[in-house]
Amino acid sequence: MTLEERRSWAFLAVAVVAYGVYLATVLARAASAPLVGVDYAPAMLWSVGAAIVVGIVLNAFLGMLTPRREQTRDVRDRDIAQLGDRVGQAFLVIGGVAALLLAITEAPYFYIANVVYLCFVLSAVLSSVTRVVVYRRGF
Amino acid sequence: MVKATSVTNNIRVLRAANGDITQASLAERIGVTRQTIIAIEQGRYSPSLEVAFQIAHVFGVPLDDVFHYGGSHS
Repeated sequence: MTLEERRSWAFLAVAVVAYGVYLATVLARAASAPLVGVDYAPAMLWSVGAAIVVGIVLNAFLGMLTPRREQTRDVRDRDIAQLGDRVGQAFLVIGGVAALLLAITEAPYFYIANVVYLCFVLSAVLSSVTRVVVYRRGF
Repeated sequence: MVKATSVTNNIRVLRAANGDITQASLAERIGVTRQTIIAIEQGRYSPSLEVAFQIAHVFGVPLDDVFHYGGSHS
């Protein structure tokens, strides 16, 4: 397994776990208050911040575990990364359009922020899954 | 193993015929990872034209002797 494939797995795990923790936190708070009234912002910022920090640490850790000669990022890695990015971008567009429509209809900030965050996560997940599948099955 | 491309190749045969060049050695000579050589050999990745030429150059043969497309192999 190349370093880039390991990083794709790590990125996928971090995105899923960070969003899962955020979702659990918000839903737990919603048990005692209306969903729209939940103070979601701190949990969201912590979730995003922690995902970024853990992602950087994991990347560095995986780099240290991989022998130097296997750390090269070659043309295949770049092709796979580009394909993953293209696939993931679909959800960024969907998230942007959904946020735009919610803002036009003057929906609560809760929904606007959460639809954008959800689409960021789905984009990251789809991009990572694409990379992992392509590394395994080829293209 | 699933073949993701119609491009087939003789890399394994050519490695053996050229003094058992290892996948790692071939990878190092053309500047890619060993996993990329494995993926190309197994038909899971179609290399760029540049990489294809580099592989042929290592074995000192024309491109057609290394790679074949679809039913073009005679």
